[in-house]
Amino acid sequence: MARRRGSDGLSIYATLYLIFLYGPVLLLPLFSFNDSYYVAFPLRSFTFAWYREMAGNGPLIEALRASLQVAAGVAVVSTVLGVLAAKALTRYDLPGRAPITGFIMLPLVIPALVLALALLVVLRRILDVELSLFTVAAGHVMLCVPYATLVMISRLEGFDRSLEEAATDLGDNAWQTFWRITFPLAWPGIVSSLLLCFSASFDEYVLAAFLSGNQATLPVFIFSQLRFPQRLPGVLALGSCILLGSLMLVAFAEWIRRRGTGAATLDLAPAT
Amino acid sequence: MSGPESFIQIRGVSRHFGNLRAVDDLSFDIGAGEFFSLLGPSGCGKTTLLRLLAGFEMPDAGEIFIDGQPQSQLPPNRRPTNMVFQSYAIFPHLDVKQNIAYGLRNQGLSKPQIAAAVKEALALIKLPGHGDRRTNQLSGGQRQRVALARALVCRPKVLLLDEPLGALDKQLREEMQLELRQLQRSVGITFVFVTHDQEEALTMSDRIAVMSRGKVLQIDSAERLYEAPNCREVAGFIGSMNFIDGMLREIAGDVGVVDVGPLGLLRVKLDGAAGLPPGPVTVAVRPEKLTLSDQPSTDPVDNNLCGRLTTRAYLGDRNHYYVEVDGREKPLAVAAQNPRRHEGLGNPAGATVWISWPADAAVLLTA
Repeated sequence: MARRRGSDGLSIYATLYLIFLYGPVLLLPLFSFNDSYYVAFPLRSFTFAWYREMAGNGPLIEALRASLQVAAGVAVVSTVLGVLAAKALTRYDLPGRAPITGFIMLPLVIPALVLALALLVVLRRILDVELSLFTVAAGHVMLCVPYATLVMISRLEGFDRSLEEAATDLGDNAWQTFWRITFPLAWPGIVSSLLLCFSASFDEYVLAAFLSGNQATLPVFIFSQLRFPQRLPGVLALGSCILLGSLMLVAFAEWIRRRGTGAATLDLAPAT
Repeated sequence: MSGPESFIQIRGVSRHFGNLRAVDDLSFDIGAGEFFSLLGPSGCGKTTLLRLLAGFEMPDAGEIFIDGQPQSQLPPNRRPTNMVFQSYAIFPHLDVKQNIAYGLRNQGLSKPQIAAAVKEALALIKLPGHGDRRTNQLSGGQRQRVALARALVCRPKVLLLDEPLGALDKQLREEMQLELRQLQRSVGITFVFVTHDQEEALTMSDRIAVMSRGKVLQIDSAERLYEAPNCREVAGFIGSMNFIDGMLREIAGDVGVVDVGPLGLLRVKLDGAAGLPPGPVTVAVRPEKLTLSDQPSTDPVDNNLCGRLTTRAYLGDRNHYYVEVDGREKPLAVAAQNPRRHEGLGNPAGATVWISWPADAAVLLTA
C-alpha cells in the first residue's frame, strides 16, 4: 500500500490530537504578552507589563521560592531513598521482596485525596505537628519514592552484575564499589529520577493544599489567585516562564538519557 | 601443613541452593603454579566452586585454605584471588588504562608505580599503546586480554578464570588458549580455569577435575583422563567411546576375561593389578583404537568382532564407520584416518567386516 502524506484520515486525526494537547498550553505565552486583563480574543497590543508585575508580586515570588525549595528537597530525598530501595531489591536476596515492592509502589495507586486526608489526620491529630513546607515535602516524598525506585530499578537491572563483583574482587569494599562503579553507572538514572521527582513535586496540588500551613506552594497560591481577574495575566506570565524552564529541563534530561542508553547499548554488544 | 602440592586445600566444601546441591562435599588439593581446570557440563557446579574460591559464595559446610590460610571468613576483596569473568566485566565508564589500574589503586601504590605496572601489563597482553582507548572500541579478544591484565596486575596467588574464552570465535579461541598457557608458565601463578569445552581443558591444563552434579568424578592429567577414565561418565564425557557391557569371568595375570554374551569373550589388560571382583563390568574402547578389516586379526592377544557396516560419517581428517554387531542395539564406532584424498574402504553399506583391537586398547570399568 502506498503511503501518502497529509491526506488520509489518520494524519488529520493526529494533527487534531496534537492541537488538542498543546494548543491550550501555547495560549499561555500568547496571552501573557497581550495588553488586556481579559484572556479573550481579539488580541490587543504587545506588552511586557505582566512580566514586570509578576516580578514585583511579592507573595507570588515567595510561593515560587517555596515550591522550588520543596521540589528540590523532595527530589534529592526521594532519589536517595529510591537508589537505596532499588539496590536492595535488585542486588540482595531480600526475604519478602514482593510485598516490600508492593508497599513501596502503593502510593502510585492510592488517590492523592485519600493520602492527603490520611496524612493530615496523622500529622495534626496524632503527631500534633504544625503544618509547614516540611509537611508538604514529607507528603511529596511519599508520592515520589515509587517513581524514583522504578527508575532506579530499571537502571540497576540494566547493567551487568558482575561489574560490581569485579570491583569487589579487585579489592574494593562495599562502599568503594558503590562510589567507583554503581554510582557512575547509575548516574543517568539518578538524573532522570531527580528531574521526575522535582517536576512531580513542583506542580502537585492536592497534598500541598492539605498539608501547607500559611506558606503556600505555587500551585496552591495560583489557584487562590484565580478569584481575582486582574491577577490572571501575571499568573500567565509566570506560567510561560515555568513552561520555558520545563522545556529546558526536559531537553537536558533527554540529553542525559541518550548519553546513558548509548553507553548501555555499547556495553551489551561488545565489538567483535 | 600446606606444601606446594596442596597450595589450595578444599576440605568438605558444600554449597546448596534450596534442594540443589550445586557443590556437594568436595575435598581435593590444587598445587602451587598449577594450571588446574574444572570441566563439566553446565549445571555441574564448576562455576559455583570457582565463586566459592573467589568469595562470592559462602560454603554451607567445609573450608577452603589458600596457602594455608582459611578463607571462609574473608570477603572477596580480602582474598589472595582475582577473577576473569565470563562477561569480562570491563568497566564501561573507564578507559583501558583505568580498568587495568583499578585493583592497584587499592594496594597503596604511588602514581608512577601504577603507571609503570599498567604499561608492563599492556605489553604483556600485547596491547601496548591501547591505554587511552575507550573500552567500547575494543574487540572481543582485546576485552578478554584487558580483563586478564586487570586481574594479573594485582599479583594474586590464584587466578580464577570463568570460561574466559567462551565468547570468542574458534580461531581466536585456539590462539588465546596457547597464549594463556604460555602466560601462565611465565608468571607462575596458580590458575583455576572453568570450562565446559573438553578440548580446551585437555590442551591447556596440568590437571583436570571432571565434575558432574556437584561431585568430582576424577582428577587427573589430560592423558590419564582420556586413556584411563575411572567411570563410565568420565569415559563418555571426554572424547567418544564405545561401551560393551559384560561379566568379568576371571583374571589371568594382568588380563581380565569378560564374557559379553553372544559376542563371546573379550580380553582387557588391567592397569592397576586386578582389584576387580568378578561381576558386571563395561569394556570401554575408543573408536580410533579399533581396526577395521575384511578378515579377523591373527594375533592371539587381539579381540575380534564380526559385524556389518551400516554408515560412514566423513569428518575430514578421518572417517567414522558404524558397525552393527549381533546382540547390540547401538552400532560400534570405528575411526580411521584419511591418509589419501580418495578413500579406500568407500561406503559399502551391508558389507561384513571384522573389528579388532589389542587387549591393552580397552579399559575395564565397573558397570
